[in-house]
Amino acid sequence: MNLRSWFLFPARLWMAAFFAAPFAIVLAYSFLARGPLGGVEQPWALENYRRLFDPLYLEILLRSFLVAGAATAVCLVLAFPAALFIARASRHKNLYLQLVMLPFWTSFLVRTYAWIFLLRETGLINTALQAVGIIHTPLPLLYNTGAVLLGLVYGYLPFMVLPIYATLERLDPSLVEAAADLGARPVSTVFRVILPLTKPGIVAGSILVFIPCLGAYLTPDLLGGGRTVLVGNLVQNQFTSARDWPFGSAVSIGLMAVVTVCLWVFLRRESEPLA
Amino acid sequence: MGPILELRKLVKHFPGQRAVADISLSIPRGSFFSLVGPSGCGKTTTLRLIAGFEEPTSGDVLLNGEIVNRRKPYERNVSTVFQSYALFPHLSARENIEFGLKRHGAPDIGRRVNQALELVNLTGKESRRPAQLSGGERQRVALARSLVLQPDVLLLDEPLAALDPKLRKQMRLELKAMQRRVGITFLLVTHDQEEALSMSDQLAVMNEGKVEQVGSPEDVYLRPRSRFVAGFLGAVNWIGGIGVRPEAMTVARSPGGERSRQSPGVITGSTFLGDCVQVQVRLSGGEDIVVQVSRASAGFAAGDAVHIGWDPGDEMSFA
Repeated sequence: MNLRSWFLFPARLWMAAFFAAPFAIVLAYSFLARGPLGGVEQPWALENYRRLFDPLYLEILLRSFLVAGAATAVCLVLAFPAALFIARASRHKNLYLQLVMLPFWTSFLVRTYAWIFLLRETGLINTALQAVGIIHTPLPLLYNTGAVLLGLVYGYLPFMVLPIYATLERLDPSLVEAAADLGARPVSTVFRVILPLTKPGIVAGSILVFIPCLGAYLTPDLLGGGRTVLVGNLVQNQFTSARDWPFGSAVSIGLMAVVTVCLWVFLRRESEPLA
Repeated sequence: MGPILELRKLVKHFPGQRAVADISLSIPRGSFFSLVGPSGCGKTTTLRLIAGFEEPTSGDVLLNGEIVNRRKPYERNVSTVFQSYALFPHLSARENIEFGLKRHGAPDIGRRVNQALELVNLTGKESRRPAQLSGGERQRVALARSLVLQPDVLLLDEPLAALDPKLRKQMRLELKAMQRRVGITFLLVTHDQEEALSMSDQLAVMNEGKVEQVGSPEDVYLRPRSRFVAGFLGAVNWIGGIGVRPEAMTVARSPGGERSRQSPGVITGSTFLGDCVQVQVRLSGGEDIVVQVSRASAGFAAGDAVHIGWDPGDEMSFA
């Protein structure tokens, strides 16, 4: 081995110990059966994977995809104009970027709990609206799919803003001028020139938001109140209260397989040569 | 009909910098006009004020007799060929050329794009993306993209700077020929005096945000109004406050001949340039000058005593 390949050695060691090995264990568990006391036991079988196709679980998977997809779409709509604003700001660029990253300075758990204080029936929003007389009974803001969506968008928005900002920042400003010069009004310039040329950033941001949203369990647990079960919660439940590690493993592997296939198809379609 | 483009007392300040300081110009309809000057002289800012990318601090830009100061770039009938060409990398050559026509909702787009492709000799390459085209081809797409809109004025910002030297000389002729063919007013910005001299009907020499002189290439080269213009457009030998161009001088081994101004000197060296030879001479007055002579009349060696001659008509003097 030459010197350069040693540079990767620490990362390889880390990945082997903390990714490859656990993954192998999960994969192996997924073919075993649940023991009477919650452990795992033989025989090896495909039973866990057959259970995945139960309509109950398929519905959870579908719901997870819809919620993650909606969160990604909302993030994109919010993040693109914001990133465009930051990239085209003539000053205070670094300040705006700091503000985008500001939420990371506080624990995700604390921030999610903060949403509960805002949204619950006796929370800030309901109390304020009642105090000024706009409503008389509290709005059901918490413990529904909307609250989960809100929490996911809030949590992952920076992951959409930053990659889009990075591609916008690299965009040659003379292309925007050329569009205006050729007669394109600002809206037309955004849709015909800026948006298509920012696609790599949009794709990267969408992946960075969609995948963690798909596996999220903390947000649906706290803001959904257990009523909006997503696939992340399903996995969590199998490993904790249900004590069915083999099925939990099968759900994890199944989710990973679906995500991998989706990503592969998506990236193959999107990665046609551009410049 | 008046001039197609007029600048009246145009001024543009940037924070801490006066990029354009009071420029007045009148660009004749259908002409090839150049703004030439060293970098930082304000020529590109002037072009951007005309295109509408910047708003003037004071003064007016008149297009076809109308003040267009506050009009956005997409509301002015001028078009720019950018130094970097600024072709849309996600669109093919054809789609790049169509872009402006579609934004204007023009009729008959297909035919007009075909004509433009033919004009710039790119038929057959219309489906290629900019990355799949050579530098020269990219420039022709940029030209076609602007010309297809039939702008009142085509603005060219150092259009040849990105090409290699051989192609650059060829493109000078092509650009000039194209301007004659389409009859559109071309306004070229360049720092290359040879480019400006060889292509323009008229040129404006700029320095420090101001126009030093406007005229035909012959006019400004042969009758410069300032030391700056004389020195910027070509080499000048300064002899006692009087300027003479190297190609207007002769070198002889003995005094006499038909030149009425003479000065003895000593050869200090010579440089072979291929098509001619540059001879360096130290005059008896102590000035170091350069004389450009033909290959045939060369053959001087360092240390040779010579006599330099020129005509009073070739002298340039400034107050």
